[in-house]
Parts: sequence; C-alpha cells; structure tokens
Amino acid sequence: MKEKIVVRNLYKVFGRQPGKALKALSEGKSKADILREYNQVVGVNNVTFTVYEREIFVLMGLSGSGKSTLERLLNRLHEPTSGEIIIEGTDITKLSKKELREFRRNHFCGMVFQNFAILPHRTVLENVEFGLELKGIARQERRERAMKVIEQVGLTGNEDSYPSELSGGMQQRVGLARGLLADASILLMDEAFSALDPLIRRQMQDELLELQDKMQKTIVFVTHDLDEAFRLGDRIAIMKDGRIEQVGAAEEIISTPASDYVRAFVEDMNRVAILTAGSIMEPVRDTAFPGDGPRTILRKIRKNNLTGILLADTKRKLKGYIRAEELVSHINKHREMEKIPLIPELIHQPSVVHNDLPLNEVINTYNNTEFGPVAVVDDNDRLQGVIVKGAIIGALAENADGGSAVENGREDKETN
Amino acid sequence: MFPFRIPIKDWISAAVDYLVSELGTVFDGFSAFIFFLVNNLKDGMLFLHPLILIAIIAFLTYKMAGWQIALFSVAGLLLTENIGMWVPFVETLSLVLTAEILVMIVGLPLGIYAARSNKFNTFIRPILDFMQTMPAFVYLIPAVMFFGLGLVPGVVATFVFALPPLIRLTNLGIRQVPKELTEAADAFGATNLQKLFKVQIPVAKPTIMAGVNQSIMLGLSMVVIAAMIGAGGLGTNVLRGIQRLQVGEGFEAGLVVVILAIILDRLTAGLGQRKKVKQE
Repeated sequence: MKEKIVVRNLYKVFGRQPGKALKALSEGKSKADILREYNQVVGVNNVTFTVYEREIFVLMGLSGSGKSTLERLLNRLHEPTSGEIIIEGTDITKLSKKELREFRRNHFCGMVFQNFAILPHRTVLENVEFGLELKGIARQERRERAMKVIEQVGLTGNEDSYPSELSGGMQQRVGLARGLLADASILLMDEAFSALDPLIRRQMQDELLELQDKMQKTIVFVTHDLDEAFRLGDRIAIMKDGRIEQVGAAEEIISTPASDYVRAFVEDMNRVAILTAGSIMEPVRDTAFPGDGPRTILRKIRKNNLTGILLADTKRKLKGYIRAEELVSHINKHREMEKIPLIPELIHQPSVVHNDLPLNEVINTYNNTEFGPVAVVDDNDRLQGVIVKGAIIGALAENADGGSAVENGREDKETN
Repeated sequence: MFPFRIPIKDWISAAVDYLVSELGTVFDGFSAFIFFLVNNLKDGMLFLHPLILIAIIAFLTYKMAGWQIALFSVAGLLLTENIGMWVPFVETLSLVLTAEILVMIVGLPLGIYAARSNKFNTFIRPILDFMQTMPAFVYLIPAVMFFGLGLVPGVVATFVFALPPLIRLTNLGIRQVPKELTEAADAFGATNLQKLFKVQIPVAKPTIMAGVNQSIMLGLSMVVIAAMIGAGGLGTNVLRGIQRLQVGEGFEAGLVVVILAIILDRLTAGLGQRKKVKQE
C-alpha cells in the first residue's frame, strides 16, 4: 500500500512557552504536571503514524485525548509545535501560508464537521459547490459537477433548499457532498456523525462506506464512539492524553490490546460482531498428507490427543477430514495387511469457513457441524487454522457483560 | 485640597485651537464635501413632488417590511405634508442619511478590523465607550469650532455619535461566526478575502444590519440636538417650540420625528431579516 500521510514525532502545545513544555515532556513529565507547572496544555504528544492510500483511518479517543487537535494538525488548522507531517511527499509544516492554501485546495477535500458547518445563507447547491467556487471554477461546470454529487449523497430535489429547512442527517449529507466534490484525495471528518441520532448515524456510516467504495478517498475520521470506529475504520488509532496508545485493525486491537488502557476500552466492545474466524482460530497441531498410510495418520492423531485429523496436501490445500474411531475400526478390519489402503469412505467433507467471516456466522457453521473442528481457510483455500469449541466460548465469555455497556456508550455525546 | 489643578480644559482647547489653525484648509475641504452631499440629497428629494417621494418610500417599505408598514408610511408622510412639515422632514432625512453613509464607510471597515485583530479591538473599545457615554451636547462644541455653524457640524456630530454601535455590532457579528464555519473555509483553502466576503460577512449580516439600524436611530436622536447649532430640519421646530413655549408646534415636529424613526427602523430591521424570513 502506498503511504499517503506520514506523521513523525508530532507535538502540539497550546500556550505561550511551548519550548518549555516540550523540554519537560522530553524529561518525562506528564501532561497534568505540565499544565500545573507551566500552564501549557499538551494537545498532541510525540505522535508517529502512517495513513495509507484509500483507507479509512480512525482517530479514536475520549474528550481531551487530542484526536481532534491531531486531525486539525494534518491540514495545519492548528500549527504544529514540532514534528513532521509528510503528505504525498511534501512536508506541510514547512510550507508558507500561500503554499499551504494551494496545498489544501489540491490535496484536501476540506473537512466534515460535527455541527455540519454549512453556510446558512447559501442553498444546498451553493454550499456543495463552495470548494470549486474558491478555486475559481466556472459556474456552469461547478453546477453540473455539484448536481452529480448531490445525487450520489441522496439530496436530489433539495438542491435549492436552505440548510435550516433540512434535518440533521440531510445537513450532514450536504457537508459530506461538499467534501466529496473537491478535486482532492484526502477527506478529514471530525466527529462527523456524532450529532446525529443513533439510527441515522448508522445509516450514514453505511452510506459513507458505500461512497468510499466508489470514491476511493483517503479518509481520516475522528470519533469518540468505539462502535463507529470499528465499523468504519480499516485501521484505528486509539488515543489517550495526546498520545497514540495503539494503531491497528479492529481485531488486532481487540485480540492483542497494547496497554491496559486499550484493554479496558475495548472490553465493552461487541466482540461477536467484530471478531472474525481468523482472529479466534487456533493453529493446526498436525495434518495428515494424502500419501500417509492409516497407521501413520492414527499415530499423528494419538500423539496430539485428537478425535480426528484434517487431510491437506503439501501446499496446505484442504482435502478432507478423518475421524479417529472410523480409522481405528478400518485398521482393525485389515489388521493382517502389510500396507493398509486409505479408502475414500474414510475421508469426510469438513466444515470450512473463510478467515474473514464474522464470529456470529462462524457460530452458525459451528453449530451445524456434526463432528470435528471447523477449518479456517484463506483466499486461496489454504488451511490457516481450526476453530475448536473452547475458542468460541472463550471469545464470548470475555464479552459476557459487555453488551449493555456498548448500548450506553452509543448514547454518549461528547461535550467538547 | 490640591495646590494645583490639572488643566484638562486648557489642553483640549489648545489642541482644538492648534488643529483649527493648522489644518483649517483640510477641514474646509471636508466641510465642502459634506455640504455638497447633504445639499444634493436634500435638493434631489425636494425636487420630487412629495407624492412621488411618498410612493418611493411606500414601495421600499412594502418590499422590506410588509404592507402594514407601507400603509403606515403613506399615512404618516401625508400627515407630515398636511401639517407643513415636509421641508424640515426632508432636511432631517437627508442629514441622517448622509451621516449614516459616512458611518458605514468608516464603521464597517473598522468593525471588521476590530474582529480580526484583538490588539486593535482592545485599543478601540475604550474609545467607543468614551464616545457613547460622553454627553451628546459636548460633541457640538468641537464640531462648531472645526466646521462653523450650520448643516455640516450637525452631520459631523451625528456621525460621531452614531458610529460606535456599528463598529461594535460589526465586530460582534463577525466574532460570533461559528468557528467551524471559518475552519471549513480554511480547510478548503480559502484566502482571507474569500473567507471574509463568502463566509464571515454574510453570516454576520443580521448582526451588522442591527448595527446599521442602531446607528440610524442614534443619529436621529442626535439630529434634534444638532438643531442647536443650526443644522436645520425638524430639530429647529422642536427647539423653537421649547424657546417660545409653543407646545403644539414642538409636538408636531416631535411627531414627525417619531414617524421618520419608525419608517427608518422598520426598513433597516427588514434588511437584516430578509433572508431569515425566506428560510423559514
């Protein structure tokens, strides 16, 4: 994947003597200490991360974690105190005011805000074409292009309405359309859906994902809602006190939290919806090869204390499943033979799931499996691992009291 | 109690004397310019038949404020003509309008600049406080010294008195533009001028128009006081009523001032809210 935004050692201190605060940070003083001793607010503290082309990168954290500050550093709405922000090869911290303006026009699709930030004195159409208007594109052209985007976000028929005539969800569609229309590849979204009620929010999230499939922008999305982060984000950065605690895909963060803070945070998450077969599978202890004789196979089964074994070729392509009890009776029947053949009747069709399948669907497959484990395969049908009874129960148990907390979390509105 | 007296009055007098003697020609030129403005406006309006002017005002009020106010304007202005107050009415109107034009030319840029620069804002705020709390009569003295008696010092005193609310409300309106709107403009790469004319001024327009409305109302109240230095218009009639204890004449002139005030108030209030009405 191509690197789109590279951030290295970025700091932002609000206050009059940022130098002192930076020095104190390097001496290991905490954000709270610096606020008390120097009266400086540390917004972003030594952050390094990369956003790849065409991904949705979510900055996730609670109020005051610095996520919105970090997002505003990316287009220099806030001036960084120190560090590098390299966007498509250009370090934007070194641009002059004029170069920055030019850069914003050509690389950023503006920003989508929590409170929509659309202009009350302009119609929907006039709002959507705002970015093109600033670039000086002729009225006729921008009007045509705006109408296309208005159709894509489902606002056709409202193009001459004023914002005050629209519901919150529709106003945010205007904000989104305004961003999508700009001839640029990076879209910044700051708590874009947080002011919407839960059902509309959900709908907007789905539509954003759909639009993203078509538009292929690079999106940096700020949210305080973990559900939203996991739904939208290809990768998620969890922030606390101006630092990034962990960056990774949803399953990664849930299955291997990098710190106690992240662990406590994701405990509330609805694991059934987020975990996939690949994230709960266990490694295959041993497999039988098509060339193995029944006695060899039985030895492998006994050695690993199994009730059966998966049959796979040397390229790990899955060929079948062999049950221990049937194998034993087959061997007993042909005890006198020097070399017992492996007959097709012994080889069963195993239950197979793809490693991307969500846990709730894995459970269905598992419940419909009469015997043996559920095999997990990748895109090329190669055996990746197995799902055994314990793994699913384990994953569910960790989520046992999380369900209601998620519901509560969804209602939280951030106050800052 | 003190062995000395701080000679504020001497300083001010000396400063004004100095300005009058050194910058006399500048003041004369300025005076001629204002006189030209007021006189032409007045002559232009008096050139029209009263009924034509009434029709024009009725049309404007109808467009801006609705038919009720238009009806009121027609009735009030016909009454003005009927009681023989038409000429002083037009004089006062042209004086207020001229002062207001000057207020807008000076006040809007200052208000915008005050909104953009905290330094300038802290500098100008005490000056505006001073201008607004200083008794209105006091402005008449330097106005007379710089511009003599008559129309021009009336316009100048009115201008000084009516300027602060426009600066204040322009400043306030632009500062109250939601931060996210200006951030959005910045994020799209707007230049400062684009941000000002496409976002800040349009969004602040209702507040700015409230400032225009306020300053016109203040100007109107000053116009009567300005009659004391010979500015003419309705104030002269009020003043004469006081001096000669002619309650009736004073009341009639006062009534016309009220009619003018209501018309101007509704007109400018309508300007600020036009868009809102359309939106709802």
